[in-house]
Amino acid sequence: MSNSAEAGGTPARSLRERFPLLTLIFERFLLSLLLLFAVSVLIFAGVEALPGDFASTYLGQSATPETIANIRAELGLDRPVVTRYFDWLGGVVQGDFGTSWASRNSVSEQVGKRLGNSLFLASFAAIIAVPLAIGLGMLSVHFRDRMPDKIINVISLAAISLPEFFIGYLLILYFAVNFGIATFPATVYEGMGFLERIQTIALPTATLVLVVLAHMMRMTRAAILSVMSSAYMETAELKGLSSWRAIVKHAAPNALAPIINVVALNLAYLVVGVVVVEVVFVYPGMGQYMVDAVTVRDMPVVQACGLIFAAVYILLNMVADILAIVANPRLRHPR
Amino acid sequence: MPDTNLLSVRDLKIEATSYPPGEQPKRITIVDGVSFDLQKGKVLGLIGESGAGKSTIGLSALAYGRGGAEITGGEVKLDGTDILKLGKGGIRKLRGARICYVAQSAAAAFNPAHRLGDQVIEATVKHGLMSKQEARRRALYLFQVLGLPSPESFGDRFPHQVSGGQLQRAMTAMALCSNPDLIVFDEPTTALDVTTQIDVLAAIKQAIEETDTAALYITHDLAVVAQISDDIMVLRHGKTVEYGPVQQIIETPTQDYTRALVNVRQTAREEAADQSNPLLKVDNVSAEYSNGFKVLHGVSLHLCKGQTLAIVGESGSGKSTLARVITGLLPPSEGKITFEGKPLTPALKNRPRDDLRRIQLIYQMADTAMNPRQTVREIIGRPLTFYYGLRGAKKTARVKELLEQIEMGNGFIDRYPAELSGGQKQRVAIARALAAKPELILCDEPTSALDPLVAEGILKLLMKLQEEQQLSYVFITHDIAIVKAIADSVAVMHRGRLVRFGPKSQTLSPPFDDYTDLLLKSVPEMELGWLEKVLATRRMESAGN
Repeated sequence: MSNSAEAGGTPARSLRERFPLLTLIFERFLLSLLLLFAVSVLIFAGVEALPGDFASTYLGQSATPETIANIRAELGLDRPVVTRYFDWLGGVVQGDFGTSWASRNSVSEQVGKRLGNSLFLASFAAIIAVPLAIGLGMLSVHFRDRMPDKIINVISLAAISLPEFFIGYLLILYFAVNFGIATFPATVYEGMGFLERIQTIALPTATLVLVVLAHMMRMTRAAILSVMSSAYMETAELKGLSSWRAIVKHAAPNALAPIINVVALNLAYLVVGVVVVEVVFVYPGMGQYMVDAVTVRDMPVVQACGLIFAAVYILLNMVADILAIVANPRLRHPR
Repeated sequence: MPDTNLLSVRDLKIEATSYPPGEQPKRITIVDGVSFDLQKGKVLGLIGESGAGKSTIGLSALAYGRGGAEITGGEVKLDGTDILKLGKGGIRKLRGARICYVAQSAAAAFNPAHRLGDQVIEATVKHGLMSKQEARRRALYLFQVLGLPSPESFGDRFPHQVSGGQLQRAMTAMALCSNPDLIVFDEPTTALDVTTQIDVLAAIKQAIEETDTAALYITHDLAVVAQISDDIMVLRHGKTVEYGPVQQIIETPTQDYTRALVNVRQTAREEAADQSNPLLKVDNVSAEYSNGFKVLHGVSLHLCKGQTLAIVGESGSGKSTLARVITGLLPPSEGKITFEGKPLTPALKNRPRDDLRRIQLIYQMADTAMNPRQTVREIIGRPLTFYYGLRGAKKTARVKELLEQIEMGNGFIDRYPAELSGGQKQRVAIARALAAKPELILCDEPTSALDPLVAEGILKLLMKLQEEQQLSYVFITHDIAIVKAIADSVAVMHRGRLVRFGPKSQTLSPPFDDYTDLLLKSVPEMELGWLEKVLATRRMESAGN
């Protein structure tokens, strides 16, 4: 029956047929670049449309039409929007995000340090949260509709229902104030030792883990449960495999695509969504940098942060898409 | 007397809870009071129509209830131990080690994420019966016995990389790998083409003999089970109808139901003498998919008014595609189709409504061809409104008339498809086609999903309607017995080409081309020793070459 399909195949096969996997990955990559470009337009337009203006905020009481016009001319704000956009984009492509209006420092330099801090916090949280969430998800499938499943569900739901700043304050209250076993504020600085750093960020990490855990855990549970009724799961049971082995070895690999996607979304959230947590714990990351910049209308910084957050989001989702494609044996091993 | 039985089932009772929509849940008995014995190295065939409980009985040998079925009574003894009393851990040690299972659809039963070889040896290694290397050697040996292509590298493949027949053999290898005492084969060849089925049957039979394994062989095809079993148990509605040695069941059945199964193909008609005046003419038609893949190569055939053209071939032969081309769903890339002397518009969307009306379709799966949220009245009434503008009382009267024609009473008019049996659904699909008052009906395997006796009823109905209304049928099937019974002319298709076409008497008599010969010889016959005979002929032929 397979021969009939092969017999009619034309000898000159397209690139797509010969390398389905590479073609798909390449397509995703191009799509991501296109998306990033679209986002840069949106960010620039969005910042442009914001009410308020740096010059008047900066000058405060002493603002007169002349001084405002002077500052605007100094910052180049009197040029047309399109010119300014391509100017900015040209710089960004070369890694130059311009100069901060408020501090007159290079934005790229500041972002470099801050981004490193944010990524450190996020990746530390991810290293704990991802395996924990997937493990708990599989446990809850194993004990489905029984006590352990219900307990895992209730706790993770409670964690996701509370806003992260509230969880942050609760943790500070108990672990830093009442028991005194954790440090607050979680401010890290250059030259801090690795162990000391980890100790310092324990509370923000715990907050982030609690926030992203439930989402990933519930998706893992749902994705695995949906393949549990497949015929090959019955085969696994009729082979006499233990139910834990059947879940880990036979169900989980077939549920990978949705799990990878939700993990990527949550990793992106860890990087982007740290804004609130960083402010609560006074952590010198991208989030706090951006919040400070917004309050003084420091547009180059806001734009840079926005674009970097978007890039992280798009990058992680692209990686997730590619991993989900690679996880499919039909694409990895064509006939 | 010492117990020499490997498997001994007594008074088996299996129940399940059903949840009919809008009603209280109720207990239903699936299997009631079934008893049988199986000795080492013997094969017991379980046969019956769908819903007879044969798969459920087969799975009870693994102490497993599928989809909420529970074994509530009786005992299942393996070597004198009641496996129903073993508990979870005890039964797990047996499954995949001493008792193995071969599923109907190996394509679904293999995990798409792992290589075949790893899946074949998994249970054997996990149960600690062999080391990984030993198990791999055994798998290689089994791949050879089962005639799989390049057995050394077969295990490195993923399920989607091999054909359905190969998967079914790989599943058999998986079951045999642990040297089990008992294997349950659950319709292992039902989903295969006849030409593939015979290879798989032969491989299974040889493997069973070679390893001296006992087997429960479940099927709805008596001709198949006659080739492979020592004993046969006929089941109906979860109860034993007849149980005895294979020869007695086939040659001297004592029960009416068994007799009906044995003699199922009684419908037969003489072919029409005059086949010269075509209603439908397919002239040198080729077709390809949008990606340029050519599926039909220059097919020419014709069909006369009031007659039946049977198109036979295995899956992938292009027989359903030809029907899609005739309807216009897939416009031909070359050639033309004429209907009553006038050319048909190639594409469906450009056809005049009256041409649409004159050609109707009946599908293999009546289930998926009907909207589950419409009643029989709406399903049959739709074409009445669409083609004839009937509404209200007139429409209802006509729907009732059509229900009469398909031998179903008015009582069905407000039922939903879910409340009908498989045969009744197919009848409603026929009524829907009839509602348009067509001249030609394309029947795409309308009976292959049905049990033999039900299928027989549908065929009789189609023939009665043909006589009354001078209908013409294009009947697509892979079942040669049906072709013999109902066709006037026959077209044999293979890999998108027409191999043979002509009046039935001519097409189905020698001299044959190679493919038609293989196809005809592969159809299981209700005759003991048929499989051995065919295999012996094949061996002689290949030795002669």
